[in-house]
Order: sequence, then C-alpha cells, then structure tokens
Amino acid sequence: MGKEIQQVFQRKFDKVNSIVDKHERKVSNLIAILQEIQAEYRYLPEEVLTYVATALGIPPATVYGVATFYTQFSMKPKGKYIVKVCDGTACHVRHSEKLRYLVREKLGLDDSKDTTDDLGFTLETVSCIGACGLAPVVTVNDDEVYGQMTPEALAIVLDQLIAKERAEQQTEEQQEKSDQRPARNGQAKELDDGKGCQGC
Amino acid sequence: MPYVTVDGETVEINGEKNVLELVRKAGIELPTFCYHSELSVYGACRMCTVEIDNVGLVAACSTPPADGMVIHTNTKRTQRLRRMVVELLLANHHRDCTTCDKNGACKLQSLAYQLGVRKVRFGERSEMLPIDDDNPSIVRDPNKCILCGDCVRVCSEIQGIGALDFAGRGADTCVTPAFGRKLGDVECVNCGQCVAVCPTGALTGKSETEAVWNALGDPSKVVVAQIAPAVRVAIGEAFGKKPGEIETGKIVAALKKIGFAKVFDTVFAADLTAVEECDEFLRRLTKRERLPQFTSCCPGWVKFAEQHYPEILDNLSTCRSPQQMFGSVVKRLYAKEMGIKPEDVFVVSIMPCTAKKFEAKRPEFIEDGVSDVDAVLSTNELGLLLKQAGIVFEELEGQAFDRPFGLTTGGGVIFGVTGGVAEAVLRTAATSLKIDLGYVDFKEVRGFQGLRDATVRLGDIELNLAVVHGLGNARKLLDAIRRGEAKYDLIEVMACPGGCVGGGGQPQPNDTESRKARGKGLYVSDKMAQLRSPGENLAVLKLYESYLDKPGSELAHGVLHTGYGPRRRISGDIKINGTRPGALDVSVCVGTGCYLRGSYDVLQTFTKLSDRDDIRGKVNLKATFCLEHCEDGVSIKVGDRIVTGVTPLNAEETFEEQVLSKLCTDRVSCLCGSGCTAKDEERTRR
Repeated sequence: MGKEIQQVFQRKFDKVNSIVDKHERKVSNLIAILQEIQAEYRYLPEEVLTYVATALGIPPATVYGVATFYTQFSMKPKGKYIVKVCDGTACHVRHSEKLRYLVREKLGLDDSKDTTDDLGFTLETVSCIGACGLAPVVTVNDDEVYGQMTPEALAIVLDQLIAKERAEQQTEEQQEKSDQRPARNGQAKELDDGKGCQGC
Repeated sequence: MPYVTVDGETVEINGEKNVLELVRKAGIELPTFCYHSELSVYGACRMCTVEIDNVGLVAACSTPPADGMVIHTNTKRTQRLRRMVVELLLANHHRDCTTCDKNGACKLQSLAYQLGVRKVRFGERSEMLPIDDDNPSIVRDPNKCILCGDCVRVCSEIQGIGALDFAGRGADTCVTPAFGRKLGDVECVNCGQCVAVCPTGALTGKSETEAVWNALGDPSKVVVAQIAPAVRVAIGEAFGKKPGEIETGKIVAALKKIGFAKVFDTVFAADLTAVEECDEFLRRLTKRERLPQFTSCCPGWVKFAEQHYPEILDNLSTCRSPQQMFGSVVKRLYAKEMGIKPEDVFVVSIMPCTAKKFEAKRPEFIEDGVSDVDAVLSTNELGLLLKQAGIVFEELEGQAFDRPFGLTTGGGVIFGVTGGVAEAVLRTAATSLKIDLGYVDFKEVRGFQGLRDATVRLGDIELNLAVVHGLGNARKLLDAIRRGEAKYDLIEVMACPGGCVGGGGQPQPNDTESRKARGKGLYVSDKMAQLRSPGENLAVLKLYESYLDKPGSELAHGVLHTGYGPRRRISGDIKINGTRPGALDVSVCVGTGCYLRGSYDVLQTFTKLSDRDDIRGKVNLKATFCLEHCEDGVSIKVGDRIVTGVTPLNAEETFEEQVLSKLCTDRVSCLCGSGCTAKDEERTRR
C-alpha cells in the first residue's frame, strides 16, 4: 500500500465533523461542506459522504448526486500536485496537446489513469482558465501559473516539481520512521522499492 | 370567473395549478412522461409543450394559468417538437422492445407509435451499463432510463426514502442508488412505487414466472396458490377491464386450468392475522405495554422501520404477514395433514406487491432450507402467466376457492386497502369482547387521506387509532410520536399510497384514480361477504381447535409470529487510522441512531486513546454505518464482538475494558503484527 494512502487515512476524521458542525449541519451548506472535506482528503471518499448524509439527515444518494454533478468534486483520490493543462481554444491552437502528452509521459499516466500510484500527481485538462493571452497555459495546484509554455520549458518545471515531491516524501517517511520505527519496517521497504522505479 | 381558451374552447380556471390540468379539463390528453399529479412538477420531458399566444412554446405542466390565455395544443410546432423529443429519447434508449419486460405497457413505446415516430435517425446506444437485478424485488436497467425522474420523486416525496437520485452531469447523467451501488445494497424497501411510476422498462418487478412453470411441470411438487385481496380487483386491468372489477372466481378457475393443485385465499390468512393481532393488541392494552401497536403486514413498512426507526420495533405486532402465515400454516400443518413433505409443497403467492418477494426470502421465514413461500408473483406476472398459457380470461367460468383455506370474511378482504387492517382488528375485537355495536363498518378509518386518526369506543374501552399510508406520511407520524406530540393505541401503516391496491406489482396506470377504484371494489366485496368479522371465520376457529390451541398460545406463536431487528441502510467503513494487518479491528457505529446518541464523541475518545504511544499501530479504528444493535447507547465492535450501551461518558472506561485488555494478550502471543515489544525482541533474536 502506498504511503500516501496511509496518510489519507490518518487525516483526522474529526476534521470532517468540525466542518459539518461549522456549517450548522444545514443541507443548504452541502456544497461548502463538500468543498472543505475535499480540501482535507483531496477527494471525497464514499464513506465520508455517507457520514455527511447521516449528519445532515439526507439520503446518501442525494449527496452522491451533488458530488458527481460538479466537476470540482472528485470521488477518486487525487495527487498532492494537480497539474492542469488548459485545452481551451486558444491553448489548443497553440499546441497544448503536446504539453499534455509530455506530462503523461513524465508521470507515467495514460487515458485511463490520471493520477500517479503514489498519489503524488494528478493531470487534468481544463477547457479554459481565462488566461488566453498566455496560451498555452499550465497551472500547478491553481496557485502557480505557467504561461506560453513549450514542451522544453514544461519539462524543466516538471522535473523540479518531481524532485521537490520526492524530497518531501522522503522527509515524511523519515519522520514516520522515527515516530514508529518498529511498526513500519515492512512498509517502508515496500515504499523504497516503489520509489526506486519512479524516476526512470 | 377567469378563463382560458384551449384550442378555441373556453375553459374556466377553477383552482387549477397549471395549464396542463386545464388542457386535460378540456378533454385533451396531453402526453407526459414526468408529470404525476401526486408529485412535484419537474418539467423535464417537454412532452406537454403547448403554444400560447404572445408567449410561445411552454411546458404546460410548469406554466401557471392566467386569465385570457389562448392555448393551442396541437400545432405544427408542438407536433414537431413532441416527435423530436421522442426521437431523441429513443436514440439513447436500449430499443430491445420485443424482448423487454415492459413490452406492450411502455409509455415510450406507445407514445412513439401515437406520435408517428417511425424512424430514429440516430444510431443505437453504444455503451451498455450493467443491469442491477441482484435484489429479489426490482430490476433496474439504466439503459432504458429516459431520466424523467418519476422514480426519484416518488421515492423521496411519497416514500420519504430517497434511495434513488440523479448522479453525474450532461450526457453522463443517470438515476442511481448512492455511489452507483445496487438497489439491494442501499436503503430501498422494495415497495416498488418506482416501478409503478416508471414509464419505460428501466424499473420493472423481478419475474418469478419461470420458477412457477418449473414447479408446475414437476410431478413431485404439489403446487398451491394463495391470492392476496388486492389482486382480485386489479387483474382484470391486464385483460382490458376497469380497475375495481372483482375477478376472484376467474382467477381460481384460470389457476386450476394451468395445473395448480389447490387454490387458496390469502384472505383466510388475513383473517388469521386479524385474530392474532387483535389478541396481541388486547393483551398489550390490558397491560398498557408496547403501545402504540403497529401493524406488521406490510414488508415495505417493516424494512423501513428496521432501517429508520429501530426504537419502535418492539411496538410492531409480532404477527407474521398474511402471506407468511399462510405459507407457515400450509408447510407446517396442512402438508402434514395431507401426508406430504413440506419441501414437496410449492407455495406460490400472488401479490400486488414487489416487497413480498423480498419478504418471502427473509431468513426468518426459511426453516431448514425450506421456504414457507416458494415463489411470489405480482398481479402483472399473473396476467402474463395466464397469457402465456393461452387462457381466454373473459370466457372463464368462475370457481370457488378450495377448502379449508378458502373460507374467508369481509374483514380479511379489506386488508388490501388502507385502513382495512385497522378495521378488521376492530371488528375482531368487537367479536372477541362480545360487544354488539349493531354495525361492522368503521367508516372513520376509511378514506384516502395520507394520515387519518379516529377514536373508537368498544364497550368501555376507548381506542385511539391512526391509519397512515405512504412511508413519507409514516415518517411524519413517527417523528411526531418521537417528539411526544402524538399518542395512539393502534397504528396501521401501509407503505404504498392506497395500501396494497396501489402496490408496486399492480398493472399500470397505477394512479390514485385506479387505486381508489380498486379499493372500492374491495369494500364491495366486503359488503357482499356473509361473515364480516375475522373472529367469526369458522376455518380459523377450526385451525385453533385442531392445532393451535387459542390465539396467542405458545403453539400459535411458533407458527404465526416472528421478530424483527435493526437493519443497516448502507454499508461502509471510514478508516480512521489506517489498516494494519494483524492489528485489532475496532469499529464505532456512526449510523443515525448511534450518531444521535453521541457516537462521534465516543469515536473522538477512542481516536485519542488509540494514539497512545504504547498501543499506536495496534488498533485499526473505523467508523462504521450501523452495527444493527440500535437498542441501547452507542454500539462498538471489537474484533468480532459487538458491545452496546457505550456513551461518551463511559467511552474511556469501555476502551480500557474492551480494547486494551485484548491488546495485552496480543502482546504476549505477538499477533498484533504492528511492532509490539515481543515482536521486536523476536526479530532481534533472529
């Protein structure tokens, strides 16, 4: 099991409850509740949605309906870094397609798979982020915007990002090892293996 | 008086809420998929589009009428639009009409014909979604769904459940249970009201006709039928008759013709139920315990109570439903009397209901692998069975039911309509208390209002009764009782509006009008009966004399009663601190009941405690949705054991007693697999 998944479990469930409470368990606040839960879990796990339904006193099918209606919500786990490649008209005519393939290649993704196994990265295509003057545009986690991208430039950005993510993962691992050394022997090894083939 | 003009004809506005009602008042049958007068207006299908002068094309169902409106229902534009809508719906619809269960009864099919759609210019649906037919009652074929939302609204607005809802968006929109699960895995109570309103073959009852034919063809089986009251006033509709016509004799004759050894009447079992239930009620009344008593004849209601109101399960009558009493009596007593092994008797019950299919498969009603009821056919399936056999229904000569379970009273007949069970119990109570009221009709409990209450005097006893139909109404009543605002002695609940006459297995159109007509048919049948009170049923009295001693006896309890328990609505666990192999699984219930009793605080305490240095990693803490022990406090599960009665106050103590104690033994035998001292030492040694 990837370490990231472990971490997702460990994200404190009480956060969900405080989110629900903060919104006074009102059905009219459902979307806001889901947004905050997604910020916490990076996706909307089924069971958590069932819990939200229980707390709000509405059927789980209704919560599921809302969660699947809006593209901002995901019911599949997403990576820590979400790389969005804009494929709006302006970006498209300026070869955003090439950028998308580059990201796929770098991260080992394809049509059926948009998130890396270690939950490090997710690739999304968006249909215009409103920065057509900078086309083609790539964003990372919605706070870093890279305009007028070329495959070469994007390769540099991605390499840096991958290195950064790996370093973060290592630190977390070490921290966990020192936290819980005996418990995690088997696990850590498995992760080392997984990471070994990541860079190639 | 304000008025509108519909195709040149003046129609007065008299409280009609929308243009559609006015158009129908003018005698024009506008086609609709998504409009039902009992449900909220959705305005999605656009079939009822009309042209209004100075306004243009609008959906009649969602347009409020205004004085002086000039409405045209049949213009070139409306015709073209309706045809286009149907063509587009067909483009996305799995068009295997000839082999579809709904063939001949499908609204999409008949409207396509009616509107002259003879060609679909678009291709076939390319991607087929899986069919959900895992539950015993309902088959859901999403490839035939036209997204009218009727099922979604009936489930939430009428039944107060909401097992189905829209999911996805745009071309991916579909109607589905939560998380794309199967209907059998969520809170669906199998009432089949979604089937009753579905205009296409997307939701149909699950057919058991094949099993019945197999049994009929098996010489080692004695095939016995029981026919529910609501079937006799609806089966005629399958053969072109009006709802409410009583066809009892013809059903018996037809079933005899196709090879049923015996044809009995579920009404006999309904009489038996009324006698047992009345006895139970009078006992409770004397002791003033477990009141109000709720009826338990309706399997949709029973499952609803198990899932949503576990705290009232004790108040449910322990009587089995008539269907199950019949099965039990036939398999346990009748078979013995006839010298046949129970497994060689094949009991077919013919019901207006889809939930009865589920009920027959409940483990409570299967003994040593032998079901009390082997197959359940809906009214629709009965129609099909007879058509398959080439029976010319209209020409049949009526026959009487077989003895001994053919002797019935009027009280049992009205079990099929809302208010009937309460009335039958009242009649039986009057008989057993030897009170002559001079009448047997308790008109105060009759009617079609969603919730009716009445005070009835029987001698010196004053009884407060409530009759409720439609589970949404039941929910309102139960919530009022929960808040202490309502108090009753006896409450009759039927899941379907109108009672069994409106069941999910009845022929379409299954609307309020048909339901009322069917109910009326049952009251006529009741009035024609020589015996009116179930307490006077001689066959029932004989059954007690020969086998069951007296109502409420130990023998009667063994054969005629049962018990129900809490049931989870949906499965799933939230992992709080990961899943380590070998660590101790500890689940805290966060289902509604436990949630309201503070299970969240218990969970919080457990999370904190399991994070202690010495036990970290040895406990897999989970939040789970219902451990089906809703009676007392918060439930937790440690390993395989369920512990109830936990409160936020005793959570810490419970954790020490139930969880820590287990971990200590693990420490020695080193089974926790998560790095306890023993394991470390062992590893070092190696």
